[in-house]
Amino acid sequence: MLEFLKQPWPWYIAGPLIGLTVPALLIMGNKSFGISSSLRHICAACIPAKIPFFQYDWKKEVWNLFFVAGILIGGFIAAQLLSNPANVVVNPKLATELAGYGITDYHSLIPAQLFNWPQLLSAKGLILMVGGGFMVGFGTRYAGGCTSGHAIMGLSTLQWPSLIATICFMIGGFVMANLILPFILNL
Amino acid sequence: MTQQENTDFEVRSLDAIYVNESELQHKWYHNVKYLLTGILFGIVFVKSEVISWFRIQEMFRLQSFHMYGVIGSAVATGMLSVWLIKKFNIKTVYGEKIVFSPKKFNKGQIIGGLIFGFGWAITGACPGPMFAQIGAGATVVIVTLLSAIAGTWVYGKFREKLPH
Repeated sequence: MLEFLKQPWPWYIAGPLIGLTVPALLIMGNKSFGISSSLRHICAACIPAKIPFFQYDWKKEVWNLFFVAGILIGGFIAAQLLSNPANVVVNPKLATELAGYGITDYHSLIPAQLFNWPQLLSAKGLILMVGGGFMVGFGTRYAGGCTSGHAIMGLSTLQWPSLIATICFMIGGFVMANLILPFILNL
Repeated sequence: MTQQENTDFEVRSLDAIYVNESELQHKWYHNVKYLLTGILFGIVFVKSEVISWFRIQEMFRLQSFHMYGVIGSAVATGMLSVWLIKKFNIKTVYGEKIVFSPKKFNKGQIIGGLIFGFGWAITGACPGPMFAQIGAGATVVIVTLLSAIAGTWVYGKFREKLPH
């Protein structure tokens, strides 16, 4: 059983489990599934700086912070107890492309050659980690949600603005991954 | 009540998916159930490799069905669940009615959506996976997360000046 759990889980197991988070949170306490809001609650709690957007009682949304703390702990448990020693298997076309940028290490889900502390001192590392993170935080709040809030919760409740947002996430991702990221990875 | 307390719900609802105000007040430990849900969710994230930068790159190059399968089946499960909740008028564990509020369209969903898409493809992570990546041992992602918090803060700061 444990050996089975250590294998990478297929999409038809993971997807429905992620989808079940929607009714679980609703039934537990009328909470709508969304993760990027946690970033806003952290701003409201730690650095509100008299900005109207952060002037609300973040303690009423504290469930969201418990939820993301759980995700962090879950990541720790999965990595410690259920980790798969084999390398990450990727499409050979991707492996060929990434080898061209010198990315050859597949032992971790997050490429250790790109995402590491010393890399923060390089232009490439700054763009990938600091620049990328900034766009995630700014973009999700501007859009009013991320993959969980718009793509999963929004589409589950048949909201067309969420469909537009999801399409824009994908367009942005396709443009970045195919047209811009190659230049960044070549730095 | 002061002016500030009166607008709390409105401010919280801005650019949020939607906010449900419960009439009930609970002790803090009622939040432990969300912590446990998060833990299960985090484990699924790691084990299905949704937090993998490589999987996100495959998705945006149409080189793998995996992420489309995950997101598609998650949406299908969510839709069916929401339909069942509405159909059978399922209540929360506290006996409250489960409510949904419609989301209004604004330009932010397009502009912000594109910006988030750029960031998603670069970092290989949306906000949820960032937390799981840190837990899984990629400590440098703390920097990415802090930068995302900074991005959210800058958005809040300039919100009034941005097109909506």
